[in-house]
Amino acid sequence: MSRLTQFGNDLYTGERSFDFVGRRRTWYVIAAVFVILAIGLTALRGGFVFGIEFRGGSEFRVQSTSVVEQGTAAATALADEAVSAVVPGANPRVSIVGGDSVRVQTEQLTPAQTDDVRAALAEAYGVPVSDVSASFIGASWGADITRQALIALVVFLLLASLVLAIYFRTWKMSVAALIALFHDLVVTAGVYGVFGLEITPAAVIGFLTILGYSLYDTVVVFDKVRENTSEDGVESRRTFAQSVNLAVNQTLVRSINTSIVAVLPTASILLIGSVLLGAGTLRDIALALTVGTIVGTYSSIFLAAPLYVHLRQNEPELKKQGSRPRVARTESGAVR
Amino acid sequence: MVRSTPERKAIRSLVWLLVIIIALIAANGASVLFNNGQWTPKLALDLEGGTQITLSPQLSSGETVTPEQLERAVAIIRQRVDASGVSEAEITTQGNENIVVSIPGEPDEATRERIQSSAKLEFRPVLIADLPSASSVGEDDGTDPSTDPSASPSADPSASPSAEPSVDPSAAPAPSASPTDASDLAWITPELQEQFDAFDCATLAQVGANVAPVDEPLITCEQDGSIKYILGPVEVAGERIGDARAGLISSQTGVTTNEWGVFIEFDADGTAQFRAVTERLITLTGVQNQFAIVLDGAVISAPRTLSAITDGRPQISGNFTEESALTLADQLKFGALPIGFEIQSSENISATLGVSQLQSGIIAGIIGLILVGLYSFLQYRALGGVVLASLVVSAIITYLIITYLSNQQGFRLSLAGVAGLVISIGVIADSFIVYFERIRDELRDGRRVDGAVEAGWKRAWRTILISDMINFIAAIVLFILAVGNVRGFAFTLGITTIVDIIVVALFTHPMMQLLARTQFFGGGHPLSGLDPKALGAVYRGRAQFRAPVGVTSTKVASSSREAQRRQTIAERKAAEAAGEGKDER
Repeated sequence: MSRLTQFGNDLYTGERSFDFVGRRRTWYVIAAVFVILAIGLTALRGGFVFGIEFRGGSEFRVQSTSVVEQGTAAATALADEAVSAVVPGANPRVSIVGGDSVRVQTEQLTPAQTDDVRAALAEAYGVPVSDVSASFIGASWGADITRQALIALVVFLLLASLVLAIYFRTWKMSVAALIALFHDLVVTAGVYGVFGLEITPAAVIGFLTILGYSLYDTVVVFDKVRENTSEDGVESRRTFAQSVNLAVNQTLVRSINTSIVAVLPTASILLIGSVLLGAGTLRDIALALTVGTIVGTYSSIFLAAPLYVHLRQNEPELKKQGSRPRVARTESGAVR
Repeated sequence: MVRSTPERKAIRSLVWLLVIIIALIAANGASVLFNNGQWTPKLALDLEGGTQITLSPQLSSGETVTPEQLERAVAIIRQRVDASGVSEAEITTQGNENIVVSIPGEPDEATRERIQSSAKLEFRPVLIADLPSASSVGEDDGTDPSTDPSASPSADPSASPSAEPSVDPSAAPAPSASPTDASDLAWITPELQEQFDAFDCATLAQVGANVAPVDEPLITCEQDGSIKYILGPVEVAGERIGDARAGLISSQTGVTTNEWGVFIEFDADGTAQFRAVTERLITLTGVQNQFAIVLDGAVISAPRTLSAITDGRPQISGNFTEESALTLADQLKFGALPIGFEIQSSENISATLGVSQLQSGIIAGIIGLILVGLYSFLQYRALGGVVLASLVVSAIITYLIITYLSNQQGFRLSLAGVAGLVISIGVIADSFIVYFERIRDELRDGRRVDGAVEAGWKRAWRTILISDMINFIAAIVLFILAVGNVRGFAFTLGITTIVDIIVVALFTHPMMQLLARTQFFGGGHPLSGLDPKALGAVYRGRAQFRAPVGVTSTKVASSSREAQRRQTIAERKAAEAAGEGKDER
């Protein structure tokens, strides 16, 4: 059996235990630092870099051109020249996509200009015009997606917290789960902000998927928490916090396995997407998800569970349970 | 052969799974045979190549588009796109106000223009009304039996007498005289008359919308092709309409009749314009008394003028049914709104780019699958085989469902959808992990493998259901609310979540039930992933454990002697009975 199995055994029995709940202030501070870093550094960089879908503009792609092999600089210069010839002072952004395609982004061009630029690019790179694709994207398109995404976010949060509250029969789990989710979203978005990665509609899709995943992961941990704490009953020898901590420890191996299994496919998309295709839908979705998965796993363990304890520890019922000395049960005999 | 209950249940579940798969294959087979279906899912534009045009309504601030208006706009745009000869265009609404037109290939400028132009509503006076393509009646006699009888009584008496005598005198002596007002028959030049004679109502759709400038006469037809018109220049533009609604007409005494009509309200300019028109038309006779309501170049109605309307609130009466009155009111209101559509984004997607993306997506999927498989084998030994088999079954079912929906519902697999599928590998594998970890927990609690499979399932099933439910809510919310690519992604996410539940319940769990009965798994072979010894602890009571203690052979021997000494009552009696010969007591 693998070492992780043995590790799992120890965690299950409580032989080995990480004090996730007890040292919660540490985790809170770490999470807060990450959130502040995410927001602060992004703000320092001047906010998010939005993709062309949000800014509006024209985009051209030159397919499979051999010019790229002569070096990025040469390809860039070529595109610059071609575009400038048609639209003086256009100041295009040129990037190499995948191994052999060139992407040229400009400000919004008129249809006539677009056709001319297409022709000019085709000529410059020595490819047929059909191999140069042109897109025009209005600035409000990305805004539309964002607005709808935000509405979706709110509706999802409301529905999900309702379902969780009904399933777990306590709204406190919903609150804890949502705070953890919020943390995940901020930190993931922060990765984009801090590294100046372009936020595209595909990245927004990635963010939205984190919603599902982050909660999903928290739910699995909470399900074990519910099981442990409800089994304990009032006469438990463990405090409420200890029960929760045991639950987190018992699901730790699952959490690790789950996040590895979830990250493997997204990471392979990320890798394949970046190496073969460069920036694109696949890579953007995968990047947000890979980061979100890792952060989501972290927050389920280090944030959601401790927060839940935090929210409930002042309940009179639990206070009584926590204060009862361990020997109390033997002394009192079979009162209950 | 007598089977235990779980075994029978397991086999029943597997049979159900088989039934589902066969049903899906049959459903796909049926659409391939009868509905031109395919065995592969249709690809969305971003994979297949083509053009996607997003149109947004041009609204002045504070205005919103109602769903009905949007629907109506989609219908109009669909007509236009179809008329331009593009087949397989997909027109959908997006986010409650945008319209997305997806066209394979690249549309020409004319098609673009046509898609973009707004639905235009105009009021034009009728100059000439006639049966459609009167000259071709002889030839088309048999083919057009429906239009003739219905059109003749209404159009003939009014159209023929007024048109024939009036055209000749005005056209002949004063061909160069400029028309004095919109109803002036001087608009009808010989060329126009010629065009009118040659005009065939069947070609109306191909001609397209808004063919004549506002200050020139228009040759057109009733929308259903029943009457052919020459109309004067535009006298009132559609934007002048403030409101239009359908209702029952009241008689002059104020009693509501059973007759349906359409009530229009003009704005101040419209009121003045319409007053001028009706004051003139009331003096004219025959078809010239009629004004035509023209939507997108086709006449939707051409009511007579009975009185001059001075208050800008005309009623249109006629043989309306409730439905036709509502339709006309809607057309008036919608056409009246200055909804022009503006091209918000237009994206050319070349197929080569899509194909390379799809290939990478598939490669990524296969690599992801292999990695997940490898990791499962590492963690769960032989159970990794169950994970892989379950993933393969999920893949088959998902593929069949997507292909079926693509054939039946027009679902198209987009790049975001492919990403959703690849990512779902992880989510699906996760439910197995939850399940296996639960089984292991039960083993740690000291259960036998078959008991652990059952007990672990009961607990894991709850967890899997609630977590999948969360995922499913996410998918549904995204699908309903989000726009564009997000929908394709949410769709595949939702499908795979359902497939996950099906596969876990009908494949993974039954397989575990059956495997628990084999020597290899049930006996807890070290490589089975279910080795109780490796899983360690011995159960001592609720949530209390101690690790298994290493036991030496001498200890084993002594404890067996101890066991012999401490016989049960039954054993002692048996021993006594056996040793009755020797009398000890």
